[in-house]
Amino acid sequence: MTESTTTTDGRPVEGVVQELARDDVGRKKFLKMAGKTMGAGAAATSLAAFIAACGGSSSSSSSASATSSAAVVTGTPASDSSGDLAIVNYALTLEYLESQFYAKVVRSGLFHGATLSLLKSFGEEENEHVMALKGVAKSLGTPAAVPVGKFPLTSAAAVTKLAGAVENLGASAYLGQAPKIKSKEILAAALAIHTIEARHAATFNTLLKLSPTPDGAFAKPMSMAQVLAVVKPFIA
Amino acid sequence: MRHSDQASPELAAVEVHGHTRASFMVRGALAAGAVMGAGAVGPLLTRAFAATASSDIDILNFALTLEYLETDFYTNKAKTVGLTGAAKQLAAMIAGQEAQHVAALTSAIKAAGGTPVKLPTFVFPVTNQKSFLKLAYVLENTGVGAYNGAGPSLKNPAYLAAAGSIVQIEARHAASIALLTGQKVTPDGGFDIPLTKAKVLAAAGPLIKS
Repeated sequence: MTESTTTTDGRPVEGVVQELARDDVGRKKFLKMAGKTMGAGAAATSLAAFIAACGGSSSSSSSASATSSAAVVTGTPASDSSGDLAIVNYALTLEYLESQFYAKVVRSGLFHGATLSLLKSFGEEENEHVMALKGVAKSLGTPAAVPVGKFPLTSAAAVTKLAGAVENLGASAYLGQAPKIKSKEILAAALAIHTIEARHAATFNTLLKLSPTPDGAFAKPMSMAQVLAVVKPFIA
Repeated sequence: MRHSDQASPELAAVEVHGHTRASFMVRGALAAGAVMGAGAVGPLLTRAFAATASSDIDILNFALTLEYLETDFYTNKAKTVGLTGAAKQLAAMIAGQEAQHVAALTSAIKAAGGTPVKLPTFVFPVTNQKSFLKLAYVLENTGVGAYNGAGPSLKNPAYLAAAGSIVQIEARHAASIALLTGQKVTPDGGFDIPLTKAKVLAAAGPLIKS
């Protein structure tokens, strides 16, 4: 698993490896939970159905409720797990980028003291996500390749702004995929990661004097296509 | 209080099965069977989920009860405590969002043909801003764990999407309070641990007077 704790230029991220080695309880626990491919899950949903469930419209909630887990159980396991693999690899790619981002930020010298400690712990958590998701992807098939991220680290203010954008995007990305995950185990894992991204996002928003809840009372999901369009400039 | 017979029995009837540390261990043991093929583990897992299955409406009502609790806390208790400054501002913002969660869950339950649980009476053992924020932190983290624990049990993916949209907000509230009070932004580390119904009730139950 050492490749997940190296930066884009192949050097180990100082401190992160040691921290992971020291604090591997959460990761192991998560791997136990998530490193399996079984389990019937919920069928894919749509934004329209989601809005209906929130009371914005009632047009599609009845049709959505028809897709019970029973329908999924009768589906082919192969298609279920290939869909989950694509989602897990998508999440893994995003987590790789986040992990690389924090590693560079921590080494940039732009941050000190409490903020640096916070960035280190966030980076460590993204690393845990990488390792866990890679384990899940391996159990399903072939994990995504490690992307080479490129991030402009010009000033502390610019980096904080970028970090906020990255984390808010990550939270939206997980929210967009959660209803599409077939395996309950993987869903539980994705939910456990989703709210961490949300906590990170709210932290940067607070540091930036922005609202911790920019979407208001209901967080908005983003599709894979929407997220990848935003991420593309950050992949070399 | 006329709702005295409704709130607690409603909660007691709800089975929100989560994934505690203990259940992770159990599943870890089950995972050993995974290498032998799907047949070795599938039935066990299926039974584990089915044994504690509850209806989507039950889960939504469980969530509604927690949102009622949070709304009352941030709206009414915040006033009696007399919050000031940033805490007052944050509580006011959160109060409005929790109230929207109440409204959304109520209409979702009605749309599903269910009966929304009635507003319970709550009692919050806080007397000042410090104890208010301390409990707020516990409530938000409990909310995150409750939704994350219940999420995989929801059968209708539309409700899962809605629950996900709400739990992300609870997590953001938790982080905001943590930053205000110097507590951990991510108390569980890299993964927010899902809570079982029993764990949620242990935290929230004593606050439900009737």
